[in-house]
Amino acid sequence: MPLDCILLVVAAWLLIGIFGVLVLHRLRLVARLMFPAGGLAGLLLAAAAAWSLTFPPASVILPIGLPTLPFHFRLDSLAAFFLLILGAVSAGVSFFAAGYFRSGEGTPPGLLCLEYHVFLASMALVLLADDAYGFMVMWETMALSSFFLVIANHRLGEIRRAGYLYLLMAHVGAMAILLCFGVLQANTGDYTFANLRAQHLSPFAASLAFLLATAGFGAKGGLLPLHVWLPEAHPAAPSPASALMSGIMLKTAVYGLLRVTFDFLHTPLWWWGLLLLALGLASALAGVVFAAVQVDMKRLLAYSSIENLGLVFAGTGLAVLFAAYDMRPMAALALTAVLYHVASHACFKSLLFVATGAVLHATRERSLGKLGGLIRYMPWVAWITLLGALTSAGLPPLGGFVSEWLLLQSFLFTPGLPNAFLNMLVPVVAALIALVTALAGYTMVKFFGVIFLGQPREEKLSQAHDAGYWERIGMLWLAAGCLVLGLFPVQVLALLDAVTRPLVGASLATQAGPWLLAPIDPARASYGPVLFLLGVSGCVATTFLLVRWRYHGRLQRVPPWNCGYPWRNARMQDTAEGFGQPIRQIFEPFFRMERDLPDAFDATPHYRVSVSDPLWHWLYLPIARTVERLARLAGQLQQGRIAIYLLYSFLTLIAVLLVVRQ
Amino acid sequence: MSTVLTQSINLLAAILLMLAFAMLSQRRVLSLIHLFTLQGATLALSTAIVGVATHQPHLYFSAALTLLLKVILIPLLLHRVIDRLNVRWDVETLINIPTTLLAGIVLVIFSFYLAQPIAQMSLTITRGTLGIALASVLLSFMMMITRSKAVPQVIGFLAMENGLFFAATAATYGMPMVVELGIALDVLVGILILGVFLFHIREQFDSMDIRHLEKLKED
Repeated sequence: MPLDCILLVVAAWLLIGIFGVLVLHRLRLVARLMFPAGGLAGLLLAAAAAWSLTFPPASVILPIGLPTLPFHFRLDSLAAFFLLILGAVSAGVSFFAAGYFRSGEGTPPGLLCLEYHVFLASMALVLLADDAYGFMVMWETMALSSFFLVIANHRLGEIRRAGYLYLLMAHVGAMAILLCFGVLQANTGDYTFANLRAQHLSPFAASLAFLLATAGFGAKGGLLPLHVWLPEAHPAAPSPASALMSGIMLKTAVYGLLRVTFDFLHTPLWWWGLLLLALGLASALAGVVFAAVQVDMKRLLAYSSIENLGLVFAGTGLAVLFAAYDMRPMAALALTAVLYHVASHACFKSLLFVATGAVLHATRERSLGKLGGLIRYMPWVAWITLLGALTSAGLPPLGGFVSEWLLLQSFLFTPGLPNAFLNMLVPVVAALIALVTALAGYTMVKFFGVIFLGQPREEKLSQAHDAGYWERIGMLWLAAGCLVLGLFPVQVLALLDAVTRPLVGASLATQAGPWLLAPIDPARASYGPVLFLLGVSGCVATTFLLVRWRYHGRLQRVPPWNCGYPWRNARMQDTAEGFGQPIRQIFEPFFRMERDLPDAFDATPHYRVSVSDPLWHWLYLPIARTVERLARLAGQLQQGRIAIYLLYSFLTLIAVLLVVRQ
Repeated sequence: MSTVLTQSINLLAAILLMLAFAMLSQRRVLSLIHLFTLQGATLALSTAIVGVATHQPHLYFSAALTLLLKVILIPLLLHRVIDRLNVRWDVETLINIPTTLLAGIVLVIFSFYLAQPIAQMSLTITRGTLGIALASVLLSFMMMITRSKAVPQVIGFLAMENGLFFAATAATYGMPMVVELGIALDVLVGILILGVFLFHIREQFDSMDIRHLEKLKED
């Protein structure tokens, strides 16, 4: 039943997309009708998925695709959870998109509508797919439709370049996933997931499959050496598309990895967990450090996505580690933290991305250095963004805190692991997580502060207008998601139990009552978000009232001591570069910096600094150069003379004849 | 089975090989067409004789088809093409004919070496000629490589097909009629298309020298 509902929603999305093409250039129709309809379909999907969490797995075989290869679909709790996120988040983003798209931006609106809804539909089917063939078809459809969304503004060269890089990495990843399925089917020739699940692989084959899955899904999820496309592609796409890509598409990578690791491979090995943990933590640290020094608001968020996905992968690694030592409840805790973080990241990152879209439309400016003081002109956007930024910073009582707290809790259980070497890692890892969380907070202060607080750095910013009604509805919906995840963790965890139980054979028992979150044992650690909210609100209200009662009406404005400057303007505020400077100093070995310092006697001084990823120079450029060199060598064969080509086929013929003669 | 017939098949095979060598060393376009016509005639005759020797009437059709196509129709087309392109009296500059011929001899030895195990297995009367058939395919191929003008290359291509056809009759008493008809049609269509190409090359480069095609290569 829920499966039928979900397939209906997918069909509805496809129909909406096709209808969009029919009314290619009629922006108002597409924006005011198609996108809200897509959003409503998303709500329906979320409802059906939430409903199905309590059902046993259901499957269906649809005779679409190739004649002898029908698509298998299966709805189990893991898929249902990710579908719930997809439906709920895409609803908010679609409502926002209804007010977002304007005319005259590259791709016509009807085509954008098609790409957008095909993207949504393919993500839903990736989550539903129950055979490798259907999975790969949908996975590639997802990559292609999002590629076209990325290059919506294809008239700009850098956007085309970003799109190319994205497509390249997506295909490298897809190749690894395909090989992974090839290993998993163990020469049976049957690629349905039911068969993959039934195979019991040798440790070597299982490790190979796991490594391929890590590479393939890691490339989609921005795991460290394969993350380079992410900070290029996310800023290039229109904001609703970036929100979908960052909020949901990256999560399909997590879904795939969980599916392969816990569903198909039955006995994980401990070093898999360690590898995933190390890669995840490295991504998290690199992501947050790079996010802290970005000056483009969407790039900043993209790096922040790398950080969050890094934490998710690290948590997955920990769950694998626990599962390998058969510590089921701990594995369930780590997995719960992972899923919780997936949900809260989906909410707050799509919220922040659509917020940058609203700012971008109001000001036509992406660079943090040219924004500022927007809270006066865009109060709606500013306050809702504040909520998202606080969630992203991992502050209570919002969703980000719960997941990071759960993650830290599960790390604190690692001393129970029967491996001395692993036990030594705990302090390091916990400290790293704390560092990442703190830096994420720092980044969010920079993000929110530089954009919305202070004085406007440019004249034109005073013309900025607040978001329209559709945009507000979308943002409010996403913000509500952050709040619900923050305030009602116990209720959400009850849903998650249905997901973790089939995967690791245990779930998180919460006996501490509906208002207190206490994983494993209330005596060890517990957290009551509603109490916390009440406490914090009480403190703030009391302070506010006290200050008001004590000082209100007795203020005196006097000219300040202006530091010896005869005048000051808005450009003298702390800039994004200035705010990131300490991080740039502390983590200098992480970056590859190019700095132009102006000459002391220069009448028109210019200061330029560009921070780039050293991995790009150490890993990607050498690979690109090698490929180019090989291609040029192969190009030598291409003489352009027919006689030479004939000679090639002649020699080949002789060689083949000789082989046949033997 | 009469020895005369067998001997005459061997004789025709030898003539075919000689013609292949002659084509390899021939520099004039017109003479090449004549040689090709002669090759076609030899082929038709040998097919007919194989038909007589083995009492296979369908080989007569095959011989008639060869005669019609390779002795009359294609040479006619080729003549028209060289008239239209005004290359009737063209002489190609070939580099180092003796070396080419020596390489050709090596190819013939190689073909016989290749054909040896097949010939031993085969029970047909024409088994000795398989090596020759292979050799004439390879020689025609080599002719295509050494030419730089378009029309001789087309002729080399057609000559290769002749060699293949001879291999088919020599090794297996001909192919099924349907296959043969198909191939005949292919050759006819092929020559028409190649003719169109020739005119296009001429139009584009004002010359039939395919070395100009090198310019098409991207750097």
